[in-house]
Formats: sequence, C-alpha cells, structure tokens
Amino acid sequence: MSWVLVMPIAVPFATAVVAYLARNFPAGRWISVAGSALSLIVSALLMIAVLDQGVIAAQMSNWSAPFGITLVADYLSAVMVVITAITGLATAIYALGEIPESTERLGFHALFQTLIAGVTGAFLTGDLFNLYVWFEVMLIASFSLLVIGGGKDRLDAGIKYVALNLVSTLVFLSGIGLLYGVTGTLNMADLRGAVAAAENQGLITVIAMMFMVGFGVKAAVFPLFFWLPASYHTPYFAISAVFAGLLTKVGVYALMRMFTLVFVGDVGFTHEILIWVSLLTMFTGVIGAAAQMDFRKILSFHIISQIGYMTLGLALYTPLALMGGVFYLVHHIIVKANLFFVAGLAKQYTGDTDLTRIGGLYKSAPLLAALFIIPAFSLAGFPPLSGFWAKYLIVKAAIELNMWFVTFVSLLVGLLTIYSMTKIWGYAFWKPHPEGFDPTPDRAPARVTAAMITPIAALAAMTIIIGFYPEPFVQFAQTAATQLLDPTDYVTTVLGAQP
Amino acid sequence: MESLTALIIGALTAASVYLMLTRNFMRFLFGLILLSNAVNLTIFASGRMTKGAPALVPYGADAPLGPVGNALPQALVLTAIVIGFGLLAFALALAFEGFRRTGTVDTDELRYAEPKEDAQK
Repeated sequence: MSWVLVMPIAVPFATAVVAYLARNFPAGRWISVAGSALSLIVSALLMIAVLDQGVIAAQMSNWSAPFGITLVADYLSAVMVVITAITGLATAIYALGEIPESTERLGFHALFQTLIAGVTGAFLTGDLFNLYVWFEVMLIASFSLLVIGGGKDRLDAGIKYVALNLVSTLVFLSGIGLLYGVTGTLNMADLRGAVAAAENQGLITVIAMMFMVGFGVKAAVFPLFFWLPASYHTPYFAISAVFAGLLTKVGVYALMRMFTLVFVGDVGFTHEILIWVSLLTMFTGVIGAAAQMDFRKILSFHIISQIGYMTLGLALYTPLALMGGVFYLVHHIIVKANLFFVAGLAKQYTGDTDLTRIGGLYKSAPLLAALFIIPAFSLAGFPPLSGFWAKYLIVKAAIELNMWFVTFVSLLVGLLTIYSMTKIWGYAFWKPHPEGFDPTPDRAPARVTAAMITPIAALAAMTIIIGFYPEPFVQFAQTAATQLLDPTDYVTTVLGAQP
Repeated sequence: MESLTALIIGALTAASVYLMLTRNFMRFLFGLILLSNAVNLTIFASGRMTKGAPALVPYGADAPLGPVGNALPQALVLTAIVIGFGLLAFALALAFEGFRRTGTVDTDELRYAEPKEDAQK
C-alpha cells in the first residue's frame, strides 16, 4: 500500500534529477512535462485509494508510529496532492512557451520539480519535524526559482522573500522543539492525544500561537504578509503562477491540519484570534489591490485577501465553514494560477504589465479576454462559477453562527474584488492601447502562444466544470471537513487500532 | 544546566533581534544565524539534559544498560543544522550577488522591485 503514498513525492524528485541531467538539451523541458503528467497519474491513483478507504497511512522503513516517519493521506491531503499535480502539469506546459533557453540551462525544470516534490511532501507527511523538512525543500527551491535569470528587481524581491521566510521557519522550528519538550512526540496523530493530556495547557496555547505565527507567514495572513506583494510580481509568470497557486496554500493547509488535529484544547481563544486575523487579511488585501496599477501586483494582493476566506473557514470551526474552507482552497488554486497565466500572455501580446501602459486586448485577442473573464469573475464570486459556491458556503456558515459583522466583511470584500477585476478588464482589455497600436497575437511565435494558452483554457474549463457541477466537489469537501473535525479515523489509521 | 542553557538561548535571541532590527542586510543575516543557533539549543534542551549518560549501546548488548540521555533531539538538531547551513549559504550568496549588482546592502535603498510612487510615473 505504501507505494501509493510515496509515488507522488518520488516521481517529481526523479523527474528533477533527469531534467537536471538533460538541462542542456531541448528534451529537458519535455522530460519536465512528462514527469508532471506522470505525477498527475500517480496522484489520481492516490485519490482513488483514499476515496476507497477514507484514510491511508504508511510507515517509512517499517518503523511503527509514533517512532518513525509516517506518510498519511486523508481527503484533504489527497485533494491537495491532486491539485498540486494539476497545477504542476499546467505550469510545465506553460513554461514551454515562456522560459527562455538560457534559464533552462541553469536547471529551471529541476528546481521546479523539486518545488512540486516539496509541496506534495508537506501535504502527505504525518510527522511534524518531517513537515519542517518539506517546508525547507519547498523554500530552497522557491528561493532559487524566484531569483533565477533575473536582474536587480528579482534580487531585491528575493532578499525580502528569503529574509521573512527564514524567520518564520525559525519560529516554526522552535515551536516544534517546545512541543516536543512538553509532549515527547512529534507524530501528528500521536500529538492529538499527548497535547490533550498535557498538564500545562497554558504552555500549549503559547506553542499553538508560535505555530500560528510560523504558518501565518507562509500563508501570508495579516499582519505577516509583507513579503508577498514585495516579491510575487518579479519572477517569470510560470513561477509566480505556481507560487500564487500553491505556496501560500501550504501554509493554509498546515494551519488547517494543526488547528483541527492538534491544537483544539482552547478553541475559544485560538480560533477567535484567527477570525479577526482572517477578517483583517481579507480587508487589507483587497484594499491593497485597489491601490495598485500593475496586473500582477493587483493579483498578488488578491491572494492575500482570498487567503482570509480560507482561514476564516477554519476559524469559524463549524462543519459547514470547514467545508467551505476546503472547497475554497481547491477553487482558489486553479483560479489564481490561471490569472497569473493570463497576465503572462497579456504581457506577451502587449509587452508590459503596467495597466496604464497596455490596452486593446479585447479587440485583438478576444479569446484571451474570454479566458480572463472566467477566472476573474470566479475569483470575485459570480454565480455560477466556482468562486460563488466557495463564498456561498463560507458566508452561509457565518450567517448560521449569527456573526453578522463577519458576513458583512465577507460580502464587502467580494464586492471590492469585482472592483479590482473590472479595473484590470477596463484597463488591459477594453481601453485602446495608449501608444495606439493593436497588441497583435502575432508578436509571439505560434508555438509559444499555443503552449501558454493551453493550460489557461484547461484551467478555465475546470473552473466552469466546478461551477456548473459543484455537487460532487461539495460532497467531497463535506467528507474532508467531517474528517478534519473528527480525526478518529486519521489517528487510528496512523497509530493502529488502540484501546 | 537547564537554567544556564535557557540564559544562553535568551542572550542569543536578544542579540539576534537587535541585529535583525537594522536595515543592513548583512547584519540581518548574522542575526538570523544567531537565532537559528538559539532555536537549535531550544530543541536540544527540550529533550531534557542528562549528565554523563551517553546514548550508547555497550559492545555485545542489544540495548543500552540503564537510563541514557535522549538521542532524538540531537538527531533533530543535526538535521536542523544541516538544513540551516544550506539556507544560510544561499542567503549569503544572495546578499553578495545583490550587493555586487546594486552596490548596497541597505534594505531601505533596495527599491528595485517596488519603486517609489513618483518614480513610477
């Protein structure tokens, strides 16, 4: 059984090695695409196994839990692994068009596959220290990808990104150390019982807050998000798309995992803080976006604002809210990566991402305009696209709890999101180009355009499918939320049947 | 022994926070190195200190005889040191390349990714 859990991590690593060896040949990029496709297949196999059995776990090297390293997949982990593989494949195809050969020679594809392996590992591990290791794998790959092939602006962005992420990692690591000191275990399933049995619950809450800060920086919540808008608009578009889609979501996933499985002793305190953090994240993100005039900077601030909805789903801590949070995660990764892809193609056509300097895309590239409208309006929560159902679940959960202020802020932020999306639409697509020429698609070679528009179209199609047939996805999210709120299955699968 | 370690961790953290509050990126990195050592010591201390009982199995035996010190935190610290070393090496290389290209390590002057508003127009 264990190979099902190992393969989604092993395949990207193996691809990274082969892609590195082949980095000087044109075949290198196709190896990356083939490896990503293979990743998607093994992730689908994992999903099938999880759908069949609920929770699956494997002990590495047969060291039984809680002593060895455990890989474990429940519904949430499985869907995150699948969505990672989908984003990975879309990015690998997009990179065929965007990434120049000089960057490929530096080992771009190997770094990218390592990033995917790190993200997947973080979703699958059941051991806290192992989670730290996967975070580091992911971080070192993301550092290199952020600055690769770049000039001053990428180095500047890289310095800020590296500095803040290293600090957050150290906070997370000292949290691990202290938690081990209190409980004597690092296995996440074992920690649930050990934390509940700990004598000094006040200390546990302090440690919980250290984890909240550590993961909060990764997830880019208020007031820890400053590295994100400082860096996400500088790298290659393929890179910023995969960062925007996946990296912050690893932080959200880790928050969801730890604050449903381990730190549930003082929900009134910890989750109350999370509610306020989420509301401020949503609001500051969307206000920040309103002030920007750059395609990618607007999108970067919207990542922050959307993160708030996901952590709000966790913070409200009802089955419906968590279900909304899980649904939101999946919807958001697809939509956000897609919007960054669109921004990249818009730059190919017009030569810039500053909204005041571009325009006329609706006239010259109607297909791209249509493909922008779908994720943009989904992000804003227009029915019947996927974002509508995600927001609907969260808002309904808030109403059921009679939290009118929370409801008000959620709806207001949705409204302001529409403002930003129509701003991009108006400036980049509708208004004529300020320098008077039509941004013709012919400016880019057909091969490049095809490689870049295929993943955009595929992800837009997924947004529409989730929007029109939300039922299976909602049911899936419901089961995932049930598993999160009652992790008995998770604990018994990892530790074996215990009295 | 525990209180001495706690004092060292506190001193290291205080020094690192002081260093990290400056605008000089090199000083920030030195602060980060101190902080990572403080964190490593925290993990080490969290495994409880035992005096003169190394986690060694005597020749010919299958298990340690009598109580021994906890070896797991040391394994964790070792992993953390190696990972931290890699990340810091990258950060230092980044700082050097940043200095070589931009001529400054003052983070206030690093405005290439986010130019000031009036410079944009």
